[in-house]
Amino acid sequence: MSVIHVEAPGLFTTVQDLGREGFGPMGVSPSGAADSVSLRVGNRLVGNDEGAAALEMTLLGGSFLFPQGAIVALTGSDFGATVDGSTVECWKPVEISGGQILTLGPTRSGARCYLCVRGGIAVKLFLGSASTHILSGLGGLDGRSLRKGDVLNIGIAETFFRAATLSAKALERLAPRKTLRVTPGPQSDWFPESSQRRFYAGTYLVSEESNRMGLRLEGDPIPTPSGGGEMTTEGASLGAIQIPEGGQPIVLFVEQQTTGGYPKIANVISADLASVGQLRPRDEIRFEKVCWEMARSLLREIEELISG
Amino acid sequence: MPISAPDCVRFQPASDQSLLIYFGQQITFDFHQHVTKLLRLLEREPIAGIRNLHPGYCSLLVVFDGLKLQHDELEVILRENLDRLEDAPLPQPRLMEIPVSYGGECGPDLNDVAEMHGLTAAQAIELHASVVYDVYFLGFVPGFAYLGELPESFATPRLAKPRLRVPPGSVGIAGRQTGVYPFATPGGWRLLGRTPIPMFQPDRSGMSFLSIGDRVRFIPISREQFAEMENA
Repeated sequence: MSVIHVEAPGLFTTVQDLGREGFGPMGVSPSGAADSVSLRVGNRLVGNDEGAAALEMTLLGGSFLFPQGAIVALTGSDFGATVDGSTVECWKPVEISGGQILTLGPTRSGARCYLCVRGGIAVKLFLGSASTHILSGLGGLDGRSLRKGDVLNIGIAETFFRAATLSAKALERLAPRKTLRVTPGPQSDWFPESSQRRFYAGTYLVSEESNRMGLRLEGDPIPTPSGGGEMTTEGASLGAIQIPEGGQPIVLFVEQQTTGGYPKIANVISADLASVGQLRPRDEIRFEKVCWEMARSLLREIEELISG
Repeated sequence: MPISAPDCVRFQPASDQSLLIYFGQQITFDFHQHVTKLLRLLEREPIAGIRNLHPGYCSLLVVFDGLKLQHDELEVILRENLDRLEDAPLPQPRLMEIPVSYGGECGPDLNDVAEMHGLTAAQAIELHASVVYDVYFLGFVPGFAYLGELPESFATPRLAKPRLRVPPGSVGIAGRQTGVYPFATPGGWRLLGRTPIPMFQPDRSGMSFLSIGDRVRFIPISREQFAEMENA
C-alpha cells in the first residue's frame, strides 16, 4: 500500500471528507471540510469520488514524503507548495515521484489548503466518515491533528485515471468572498430595525478565537433582544449567526454544537459556506441579505460549476 | 389522555437548507413527547431529501438538501407526518442510573450551589439525586443529554464566566436543567459532581450512553468508588 510520511504537520492539519450527516439526534455534528468546494474540486482533479478524504491544512502547511509517489492536487488557498525546489501549481493534478517531498509554507491567500491524493486518504471510518471531529477526538487519524512522524495510508483508486481540469472562469466564480450572503435567522424578528441596520451596515473582524466549531466576530455590538436571555435551546443550523450576550456575533461552523440557546439573527447561505472556510483571523467581512430564491439559485450555480 | 397532533405547530425556515418545527416555546413534557414522536417517525420512515435532524426542547430542526426540496414542499410533507403522530408509538422509557461522586474536586461548585439555596452540601446532593429526570434531547456535543427538570426552588443560574475546560464526566446544572459533559469542553454549567461512566464511546453499541426519551437517576458514590470504577 502507498503511504505518506508526515515530515512536518503544519500548524493544524486534519483528515477531512464531506462529513457525517444524520447523527444530529446523538449530538454529533457533521464536521467535514471547512471549504467543501475546494475538497470536491480537488478530488475530481485526481479522479476520486468528490467525497474522498484529503488533508486540510490551516494557515501553515506541512511537508509530506511520498515513498511510492502519488498523483495529487492542491486546492483552496495557495500555501506556496514546492517539490524539489520547483513550484507546484494549485488546482491541477500533479504527479509526485517516489521519494519526493511536497513542502508547503504559510498561506498566501485564505485560511485553508487541501491536499487531495489519488485514491484518497485511508483511515478507519467513524459513523461512515473519515472526517476528524477535534473537540470530541473522533474520526480522522486518532481523532486529532497530524503530528510529525505520522504515516497515512493512501487508498486504492478504483477507476482509470483521467486528468480533469477546471476552467479559469469556473475558478473565478468559485473564489472565496469576504461579503457573505445571508438569509434571515429563525429569531431575526426579535431584533429591532436599528439592530438589523447595524448588523448589515457593519464590518466585522474575524477573531483569533475562531476555529472549525465557530467563528467569533468583533465589531459594532448588536444589542441582545429583550427576552434573548431566556431562549429555549433548539437545533442550530450550519452557518447560523448567533448573537450572545455582549452582542459580538458567532458563526456556527462545520464542527458546530448541534443545538444552541442564543438568538440567531441570520444564516450564511449554503453557497457561501466554503468562503467561511477560507476566512483567516483578522479578515474583515460584511453581511448582505438575499432572498430564499437567490440562495437556492446560487447553490445550484455552485453545483454546476463544480461538476463542470 | 392521548396526545393529539398539535394545532399550535409553527414552521420557521432556519437557513436555505433547514426548517424548524416548533411545537411551542416552553419546556414541557407534552411538547417534548411531540418532538420525540416526530423524530422517531422520521427515523423509522426516512424522507428523501432530509439529511439531518436536530431535536431541541420543543422543536425539531430538519436539515434538507436544497437541490431536492424547498421549505414549502418540506412543510407539506411534514404536516402529513404530524397528522400521524398519534399513531407513532414510543417505546417504554429505559431507566438509566448514573453513579456520581459529588463535591470535592469532582464537584467544585457544590458548596456554592448549596449556599445559594440555603442548603447543606448533603441536602443539595440529596435533592439532585432524588429526581428522576427525562432526557429531553441530545445536543451541544456528541452524547450530551439535556435532562429535566430540577425543582423550581433548585433552579440555578449559569456561571457568569464559563470554564474553559470542564473535565469529562462532570455533572452540571443550569436553570432547571442538568447534564453530564461527555468530553473536555468549555462550559458554563455549575458542577456538582463527576461520573466515571463514559457518556459517549465510539466502540460501544449505540455509542451514546443516553438517548432521547430515557429516564435517568443519579446515584451518589464515594470518591473511592469513583476511582475504582474509573480504573475498571
